[in-house]
Amino acid sequence: MYVAVKGGEKAIDAAHAWLAEERRGDTSVAELSVEQIRQQLALAVNRVMAEGSLYDPDLAALAIKQARGDLIEAIFLIRAYRTTLPRLGASTPVETAQMAVCRRISATFKDLPGGQILGPTFDYTHRLLDFKLAAEGEVPAAPTAPASLAAVPHVTAMLNRDGLIQTEAEGNATPPDLTREPMELPTSRPLRLQAITRGDEGFILSMAYSTQRGYGRTHAFVGELRIGTVAVEMDIPELGFSVEIGEVELTECETVNQFKGSKTEPPQFTRGYGLVFGQTERKAIAMSLVDRALRWKELGEDNTGAPAQDEEFVLMHADNIQATGFLEHIKLPHYVDFQAELELVRKLRREALAHGEAAE
Amino acid sequence: MSILAKMKMQPLLSVRDLSKFYGGRIGCADVGFDLYPGEVLGVVGESGSGKSTLLSCLAGHLAPDRGEVIFDTQEGPRDTVQMAEAARRRLARTDWAYVHQNPRDGLRMGVSAGGNVGERLMAVGARHYGQIRGAAVDWLGRVEIAADRVDDRPSAFSGGMQQRLQIARNLVTGPRLVFMDEPTGGLDVSVQARLLDLLRGLVREMGLSAIIVTHDLAVVRLLADRLMVMKGGYVVEQGLTDQVLDDPQHAYTQLLVSSVLQV
Amino acid sequence: MTDQTAYNFAYLDEQTKRMIRRAILKGVAIPGYQVPFASREMPMPYGWGTGGVQVTAACLVPEDRLKVIDQGADDTTNAVSIRRFFQRTAGVAVTEATAEATVIQTRHRIPETPLTEGQILVYQVPIPEPLRFLEPRETETRKMHELEDYGLMHVKLYEDISRHGQIATAYDYPVKVEGRYVMDPSPIPKFDNPKLGGNAAIQLFGAGREQRIYALPPYTQAISLDFDDYPFTASKADHACDLCGAPDSYLDEVITDDQGSRMFVCSDTDFCASRRAAGHVGPMGAPSAGAAEE
Repeated sequence: MYVAVKGGEKAIDAAHAWLAEERRGDTSVAELSVEQIRQQLALAVNRVMAEGSLYDPDLAALAIKQARGDLIEAIFLIRAYRTTLPRLGASTPVETAQMAVCRRISATFKDLPGGQILGPTFDYTHRLLDFKLAAEGEVPAAPTAPASLAAVPHVTAMLNRDGLIQTEAEGNATPPDLTREPMELPTSRPLRLQAITRGDEGFILSMAYSTQRGYGRTHAFVGELRIGTVAVEMDIPELGFSVEIGEVELTECETVNQFKGSKTEPPQFTRGYGLVFGQTERKAIAMSLVDRALRWKELGEDNTGAPAQDEEFVLMHADNIQATGFLEHIKLPHYVDFQAELELVRKLRREALAHGEAAE
Repeated sequence: MSILAKMKMQPLLSVRDLSKFYGGRIGCADVGFDLYPGEVLGVVGESGSGKSTLLSCLAGHLAPDRGEVIFDTQEGPRDTVQMAEAARRRLARTDWAYVHQNPRDGLRMGVSAGGNVGERLMAVGARHYGQIRGAAVDWLGRVEIAADRVDDRPSAFSGGMQQRLQIARNLVTGPRLVFMDEPTGGLDVSVQARLLDLLRGLVREMGLSAIIVTHDLAVVRLLADRLMVMKGGYVVEQGLTDQVLDDPQHAYTQLLVSSVLQV
Repeated sequence: MTDQTAYNFAYLDEQTKRMIRRAILKGVAIPGYQVPFASREMPMPYGWGTGGVQVTAACLVPEDRLKVIDQGADDTTNAVSIRRFFQRTAGVAVTEATAEATVIQTRHRIPETPLTEGQILVYQVPIPEPLRFLEPRETETRKMHELEDYGLMHVKLYEDISRHGQIATAYDYPVKVEGRYVMDPSPIPKFDNPKLGGNAAIQLFGAGREQRIYALPPYTQAISLDFDDYPFTASKADHACDLCGAPDSYLDEVITDDQGSRMFVCSDTDFCASRRAAGHVGPMGAPSAGAAEE
C-alpha cells in the first residue's frame, strides 16, 4: 500500500548534522582556526572579499571555513551577509596614486619613477611541489630594506602628459550601485566595471584569454600593476572635512592598448582598467582586458562578434552566485513539469505510431 | 499615370538634402527626390558611390547627419529621421519592407518557409493556423517555390530560392514601400533573370513603390521607372530610366552605360 | 558576529521591502509587465526561490498565515526550507491548508482549491521572459514587449503545429494578459493555466536572479496563446487519483516497482488529504482513519 513519502524536515536536519561532521573531519586532527585561514590562505580570503563585494578578511576567512573551502559557497555566505548590512554612507574615491605599494611592475618600460618592485609574487617560482611545506617548519626571515617614500606616479599619467594615451573622463557624479538598482542594458562603464570586479575570476579570466587568442582584437600591454594599501576616507558633513576610516589592500591594473583607425582622432593608446580587493592579480589583469574589449563601441571600433565584446553575454553570466544558483537549481524537484512533458511525448508518439499504422 | 494626375498626388516619400559623413569622407551628400505611389526608383553606381549608404539612411538603418525623409504615413506626412525608434520599427513592420542582398540577413534560418512567410501576418494579428499556412503556401506559389517545401528550413534552399522566400516574407502583408539592396547580387544569370521577371510582375500587380539599389544596369532597365546615378556620394544624374540610359548626359553615366557588355 | 535575532521582520530591511513593494505596485498597475527590481542576495541560492522569497518577505505582516508548496506538496525539501526560513525570520503562523492561508508561496503549481479574495499567491519564477528562448538578447525582448511585437511567439507555435501537429509546450505556457502583454506564468503545467485568469486572489511573480517582478491583480484576463483552429487545451494524465479518486486534479506519476508499475496521485497534497479526510477513496487508497468508507 503506497504511502506518500514524508519526512522532508527530518531529512534536512540529518543532512545538516552530517555536513557539520564532515566539515570538522577527523577530530584527532587539529581544527582549523579562522585566524589560520586569514593568515595562511590569504589569497583565498582575497578572492572571497573581491567577489563577495565586502572587505572584511576575518569574515571572509570564517566563510571559507564554514564553506569547507568551496570558495563560491564562501562568496555566497559573504554576499548574503552583505545584504543585511546597513548603509552608513559612501567614501570618497580612493587615491591609488597615493598607494603604499608592496608590489609594482610595468611591462611597458624597463625602468620608471617608483621603480619595478617585485613584491611577494609567485611569478618566478619554479612550480615544484615543496614537500618541506608538508613538514611545517619555521620560515627564515626575508631580507628587508627601508621603505622608499618616493612618489609612485601612474605610468598612464606620464603617457597622458604627451597626449599619447586617451584621457579618461573625470567627474564628480556618484556612480550607480548595481547591488541597489537592477542592471539595465545597455549599461555604462562604471556599472560594467562593478559587475566584472565582483564577477567570477575563472569566467573573467577565460573571457580575457579569448581576447588574446583572436576573439576581439586588443593587444594589451600591462602599463601598470600595483598592489598595496590605500586609505579610505569619508566626508563627515557635521565636521566639515573628511576622516580616514581605515585602509584596504587593493590590486590595480592599467593596460595600454593600441588604437587603430579612428574616424576623427589621430592614433592614440587606449586603456583598460582593473581594480580588485586584496592581492588578486590575475583577476585585475583579466578585468582590464575585458573592460577594454567591452569599450569597442565608445572607441569607434568594429564589433567582430567576439563573446568578450558582447556586453549582455559577459555581464549576464559573470556573477557566479547567480550562475551556481541557477545551475544547481536543476537538482530541485521538477517532476510536475516533467510529468507534463511525459504526457506530451506519450501523446505525440501514440499519434505518430497510429499515423504510421494507418499509412501501412 | 498621367503627369497631371501625379502632380495632384502626395508623394509617398520625399527626400531632401540627405547627407551622411564618415569623418572627412562623404557617404552620401545632398540627395533629394520624390517618390510617388506605384513608382520604382533605381539607384545605380559603382562600389563606393554611396548608394548603399543612401538606402540605409532611407530605411532607417543608419542615422543621417543632415536632411529629411518624409514618408506619407497613415497619419499624414512624417519625417522618419525625427521619429522615435519605436515608431520607425512599427513602420518597418507594416508599411515598409526591406529585401537584403544576402537572403540570410532577411530570413529566420531556423524557422520553416511557412513560418517565415507567416510571421508578418501573425505579427499583425492573424490567428488561424490553417489560413496562415494557406496564405504562406499561396505566396510560395507566387514566388515559384513548390508548396511541398512549406515546412522546409531556408538552409535547405538554393540561393535563388532563399531570395524568393525573402521576397514573399516581405510582401505578404502588402507594404507600400519596398527597399531592395542588390536583390540579384550573388545569383547566377539565369536565376537573376527569373527573379527580375518575378519582381516586375509583383510590383505591377501590387502597385508597389520600390527603391532598388544595384550596380547592374539590366536590373534598372527592367524594373525601374526612374533612375538616379551616384558617384562619390553625389547624385550626378537622374531622370526616366530609358532617357538616362539611352541618352546619358553626365560623363560618368556615359561611362557606365558604355561599359556594359553587349552580349 | 551577527545574532540571528538581530534580523528585521522577514529578514529584509524596511528600505528593501519598500523598494520591492513599489515594484509590486507597478506590476499590479500594469498586469503582465515585467518590472525590474534590485534583487538582494538571500540566504538561499539564486534559482531556488529568492524572487518568491523577496516578494513574500515584502508582503508579510505578523498576522499572516503562510503556506509554502513546491510541486504542489508542502513537505518537499525546498518548501520545508523556505517555510522554516519565514518561521525563523518572521515568526508567522504556518499552515498546509490552502483555504486557511493568507499568503501562499508556490513553485510550479497553482493549488487545486480555488483561491479567494484577500489571498496572495506568490510564484517562484526562473526565467520571467517568455521570449527568452526565441531571442536571447534582453535589449531585443524589451523592445518587442514595448512594441507589442509578438510575431515571433506565434511563429514558435506555428512551427510546433507544422512539426508535431499540435502546440508542443507542456508547461511554462505563455499567456496574453488583458490583451496587451505576453507573460510567462512560471513553469506551472499548462493544466494550471485556466486558473490564472479571473482568479479572486492577487497573483505575484518574483524572479530573483533575473531581477523582475510582475503581477496579475484579481479578476484579470489571462488567455493562453493559441490559434483559432488549434485551441488551447488544459490537458493532464488520463487518470483519476489512485488515493482519493479525484478525476480532475493534476497528478504525479509514481513508479512503484521495477517492473514498471505505476500509480497516479494528486500533486496537491493538501487537496488530496482533504478529500481523503472527507471519505473519498481512490482505487489504490485505504480509507482514512476516522472517515466513512465510500
